[in-house]
Amino acid sequence: MFIVIAFMLIGGITGYFLRKKELGNIPKFVTVLIWLLLAILGMEVGSNPDIIKGLATIGKEALFITIAAVTGSAFMALLLWKLINKGKK
Amino acid sequence: MKGSIIIVSFFILGVLLGYMGLVPDSLIESDLSFYVLCALMFFVGLSVGCDTKTLKSFSKLNPKYFLLPIATIVGTLGGCVIISFLLPDRQLSDLLAVGSGFGYYSLSSIFITEYRGAELGTIALLSNIMRELIALLLAPFLVRYFGKLSTISVGGATTMDTTLPVILKFSGKEFIVISVFHGFILDLSVPFLVTFFCSF
Repeated sequence: MFIVIAFMLIGGITGYFLRKKELGNIPKFVTVLIWLLLAILGMEVGSNPDIIKGLATIGKEALFITIAAVTGSAFMALLLWKLINKGKK
Repeated sequence: MKGSIIIVSFFILGVLLGYMGLVPDSLIESDLSFYVLCALMFFVGLSVGCDTKTLKSFSKLNPKYFLLPIATIVGTLGGCVIISFLLPDRQLSDLLAVGSGFGYYSLSSIFITEYRGAELGTIALLSNIMRELIALLLAPFLVRYFGKLSTISVGGATTMDTTLPVILKFSGKEFIVISVFHGFILDLSVPFLVTFFCSF
């Protein structure tokens, strides 16, 4: 985890020194890397028979827990967002 | 929305390739995704470093934003309590342990398999992969209906690495400090909370 963060910091420092140069293609490159990472994650899921079997049987249970956890945290985040922006209007 | 569809297409393509055995084992066992992630983070850092306006905005950050990790933990565990009424075969502590993965599927599933067996461990793996996927795929929807903090909250422990680029894209680059801080706190909380709920 910290190695990944270190890469981001190195990128940030490099970017700071290059800030006067044109770096127009970076957002596109970031998008392509996201695609690649998702494809790799899919390959890991698809080639693991245990995960594929699990998707059919206990996947529904996992989905229920996920929806509950995601909805709960999204509502709390909305609550905090409203609280923070209350005084700004 | 178009962006999400392209992303999910790449994921499905990956699943199909993996399922059909078209992916060499050496690729799966390699640390390729880790290296790609490092490259991704380098370029994310680069694009942020170039943008000195965003860097200056960090100092103006409202300290209230630092309540976000607490909101995420409370919201996640609250959701698990509510869903326990629909899953009566499972102990509440099992559901809370799975929820406490916060999208950190590798670590949480290892912990839960160790404490509670492979079945719940697999549920933790699937559930937390789903959480990461939802954070990646539904980011535009979340920002629209639940505000700009919701992508970070839903991203859970992944907001300082895998979901960070998507958060910056849909919520805005100014959320980088909050997002990294949030991911850091939740990453640390995973082993503690999972262990705590498995002890019941």
